[in-house]
Amino acid sequence: MSTTCIEACELTKSFNGQKVVDGLSFSVEKGQVFGLLGHNGAGKSTTIEMILGLKTPDSGKAVILDKEASKYRKEIFEKVGVQLQASNYQAAIRVDEVCMEHASLYRNPKDYQELLAKFGLEKFKKSQVSKLSGGERQKLSVVLSLIGNPEIVFLDELTTGIDVAARREVWRTLKNLKDSGLTIFLTTHYMEEAEILCDKILLIKNGKKITEGTVKEVVKASPYNNLEEAYLWYMDEEVVL
Amino acid sequence: MRRFLRLYCVEQKLFFRSADVFIFNLCMPLATFILIAFIAGDKTAGSSQMTYLQSAFASLVSVGICCSAFMSIPIVIVDYRDKKILKHFYCSPCSPSRILGVDTICSAVMAGISALLISLTAVIFFGYRMKGSPLTFIGAWLLTLIAMFSIGLMIASLCRTVKAMNAVTGLVYFPMLFLSGATIPYELFPNGLKHIADVMPLSMGIKLMKAASVGIWPEMTKLYIILLVAITVICSTISVKTFRWE
Repeated sequence: MSTTCIEACELTKSFNGQKVVDGLSFSVEKGQVFGLLGHNGAGKSTTIEMILGLKTPDSGKAVILDKEASKYRKEIFEKVGVQLQASNYQAAIRVDEVCMEHASLYRNPKDYQELLAKFGLEKFKKSQVSKLSGGERQKLSVVLSLIGNPEIVFLDELTTGIDVAARREVWRTLKNLKDSGLTIFLTTHYMEEAEILCDKILLIKNGKKITEGTVKEVVKASPYNNLEEAYLWYMDEEVVL
Repeated sequence: MRRFLRLYCVEQKLFFRSADVFIFNLCMPLATFILIAFIAGDKTAGSSQMTYLQSAFASLVSVGICCSAFMSIPIVIVDYRDKKILKHFYCSPCSPSRILGVDTICSAVMAGISALLISLTAVIFFGYRMKGSPLTFIGAWLLTLIAMFSIGLMIASLCRTVKAMNAVTGLVYFPMLFLSGATIPYELFPNGLKHIADVMPLSMGIKLMKAASVGIWPEMTKLYIILLVAITVICSTISVKTFRWE
């Protein structure tokens, strides 16, 4: 039996005649943490949106659990949790209410009280979401992506814009999730994050694949010995300070 | 169904928490009604056969509709689109139409509560009794609600940004509120202003409600009904065809 969870095949998408994603192919195995890395505007979010069926590719196709998300939405999204980049919530909504809303969308939701407790958010249950700090908000968005009891979660730039301590805490949380066997597809700007969490990384530039493999493999194939410098080298950027 | 109700309960709570909705949908029409009823309740309104109390009752129950249709609905939908909440609903086993449906019901409930508050105040404190059939009146109110909501939904579909939506709702909401006879009694308008009011969809609804409340049907009744139904069909079609959740 195949253990491939997500498969992208020659995904291509242009906006206004400019190719944003260009012939991108890759696959993610069950239980893997897969990191999609690249500069701002490299096509990371567009790639995720094509996989999720939010955008239609110009050519190529992507499947989650052997099915196209755009055609089998109901079925796929019972098993896939999503946290989109820069999410926002209704004005004046409280933490427990946003959880309740999300839980109401799924057939067999997890107990959100338990999830909040697990992520240390229990004491904020009655607070307004808008009053949470950056780190707490991001933890909440992880909670929300997990409410449907998914097999796969997509996390788009989860740790962008939060402070070092909060970021570490989110990493710890993700590490626990990884240990529990969840498949995670993430995008990030932090090489440290990729080093700590990812089993496999894919570097893209202008929508094209530059390289892929484990962090070790990717670093080894470059003249440098850490991912950040290797990344810059792959991206043709100045490495030396 | 239970899941739908749960979502509805949360969204309805958010409606009650919004100061705008509370002031414009509930307080403002009620206060206007009480004022008019106090000042001129038993005087005959202009050349009509109604008292100001009767006229104010039939028009102010439409203010909640106006507020829900031209403020709540477009604001909520455009805001949810802007905040990617609709996108999130797309990434779930439910579709964005679920939350749009829920919020439309919430808006309708607010309009209903507004009308109910005015009705209770009118009956209990001002001795208002409806001459016509209450059921026909409710029918006219519902037709007005549906027609106005379809216009509001069309605005929400057509406006891509919060800025555009604010401009359009301002242009639609305030004239409808003040010039259609919903708040300021139509009977007080000079003839020129009456002509402007006559072409407003909301005032057609108000005229129907007035007619139903006294049980006297003017010749134009059929035309108003046809026009309101036509507005509903056209605007809801446009709103569905042009709707984008992103």
